[in-house]
Amino acid sequence: MSDATLAEICAVACAEAWRGSGEVLASPIGTIPTIGARLAAITFEPDLVYGDGDASQLGAPLPIGAPADAEKVVEAWLPFGNIFDIVWSGKRHVMMGATQIDRFGNQNIACIGPWAKPKAQLLGVRGAPGNTVNHPTSYWVPVHNTRAFVEQVDCASGVGYDRAAAAGPTAQQFHHVHHVVSNKGVFDFETPEHAMRIRSLHPGVTVDEVQELTGFPLVVPADVPTSRLPTDDELRLIREVLDPNGARSAEVPD
Amino acid sequence: MSDKRMTEEDVVGELRDGMTIGIAGWGSRRKPMSIVRAILRSELKGLTIVAYGGPEVGMLCTSGQLTKAVYGFVSLDSIPLEPHFRAARQNGTIEAMELDEGMLQWGLRAAAMRVDFLPCRAGLGSAVRDNNPDLATVTSPYSDDEYLAMPALKLDVALLHANRADARGNAQYLGPDWYFDDLFAMAADRTFVSCERIVEPGDFLKEGPEASIRISRIFTDGVVEAPYGAHFTHCVPDYQRDEQIQKEYADSAKSPEAWADFRAKYIDIPEADYRRVIGVGQ
Repeated sequence: MSDATLAEICAVACAEAWRGSGEVLASPIGTIPTIGARLAAITFEPDLVYGDGDASQLGAPLPIGAPADAEKVVEAWLPFGNIFDIVWSGKRHVMMGATQIDRFGNQNIACIGPWAKPKAQLLGVRGAPGNTVNHPTSYWVPVHNTRAFVEQVDCASGVGYDRAAAAGPTAQQFHHVHHVVSNKGVFDFETPEHAMRIRSLHPGVTVDEVQELTGFPLVVPADVPTSRLPTDDELRLIREVLDPNGARSAEVPD
Repeated sequence: MSDKRMTEEDVVGELRDGMTIGIAGWGSRRKPMSIVRAILRSELKGLTIVAYGGPEVGMLCTSGQLTKAVYGFVSLDSIPLEPHFRAARQNGTIEAMELDEGMLQWGLRAAAMRVDFLPCRAGLGSAVRDNNPDLATVTSPYSDDEYLAMPALKLDVALLHANRADARGNAQYLGPDWYFDDLFAMAADRTFVSCERIVEPGDFLKEGPEASIRISRIFTDGVVEAPYGAHFTHCVPDYQRDEQIQKEYADSAKSPEAWADFRAKYIDIPEADYRRVIGVGQ
């Protein structure tokens, strides 16, 4: 019987997004995706490349919240210019946040309401348009509800499957929205029309509950798996090595 | 041998209403804030600002001097959403050209190469195309691929803040990332660099390795010695971001009175007084 918290189950679900990625740059945005990427790299995906969130490619993980002057193993230089080069090359798998995400995987971090005069201006599109058409992209949504999972996003920052198809083969060539991880489950687009499907639900979450919290009909497989629990070794790594100060519970409360 | 040393006020004297100005750095990191403060003290208006945006964008929105912002994001990093910029967007008081971060890089690169555009995938399929109807695509002459044709973002002036520079305008970056400062300099007709300290050319290698002297005087037109010139944004390794004053800045978006107080305390004062106010000057 595992005593894993929901945050730890989410961290492992995020790590799973990079399973099979190989020797590419994992770019996690947020605490739990960062724990996930580093966990994948030091366990089942040993060639995965990851940075410190600043300009260093790390040869060994730093704990979340390490001070700026913490001693670190730097195996390569990763300033933004190099990261952009890696985006163009395709050798990257990013996990971004999403203020809104829709059934075909369009993501919004730019604004709520009409773009011309938004009700709420957010970050801007950042790197989402380029990320989504150049290399695999996954998303992390710490609070699953109908405000985040919407029928249609207000501003397509990240490109989903319908918009990529409408834009043509050059937009589709390297487009791949991989997983969406939330505090309720894991979702993918492995359906004929690339509509969002339940991939697994975290322990105790029901299909009805997650459908209620989602603003569009989810594709429900005949058999809905339960998200796997962290192994004892993974729990130890999360608690003692990757996030000893428990920053993860600020993103997903216990 | 040219001596390019000047003051922030001299830089502002070279600027004109309606100019397109690139401001280097990234978010709330190594922004040429002492020059930005001097712009706020001036009568300049109608500016288009091109940036990986931080507080300089918000300040120029609030002063009413910014007419149009060209950006991939505007953020204070530790405070993700820039409140002054948000207010301007939500009140519809500024024009915006919102781009993918890589498209912005490509636009600067095209300007630096003196070509009209550069092709890329970034932007295809996204709202960037809907929101910028002038953006065109281009068909490859070698295949059936159809790319976005990112237009050159030609700058009248670029403003940079470096760690060190010499009087002739070579500039050195001692932190781990010079962001896209080099591209801003090359995309502009004229570039002004502020720096923490002006050094003799012979002393650059005492400060850092050869590769850190990123910007050649070929691309610069003026140098301002501005200790704490990036403050409250960070300028590592010289100093970290001043999170407390950044928070004061963010909080000043709550009311016109709060902004007036912030402005009176930190902006409408001589630069030497700024250093005293933040507790580093004599």
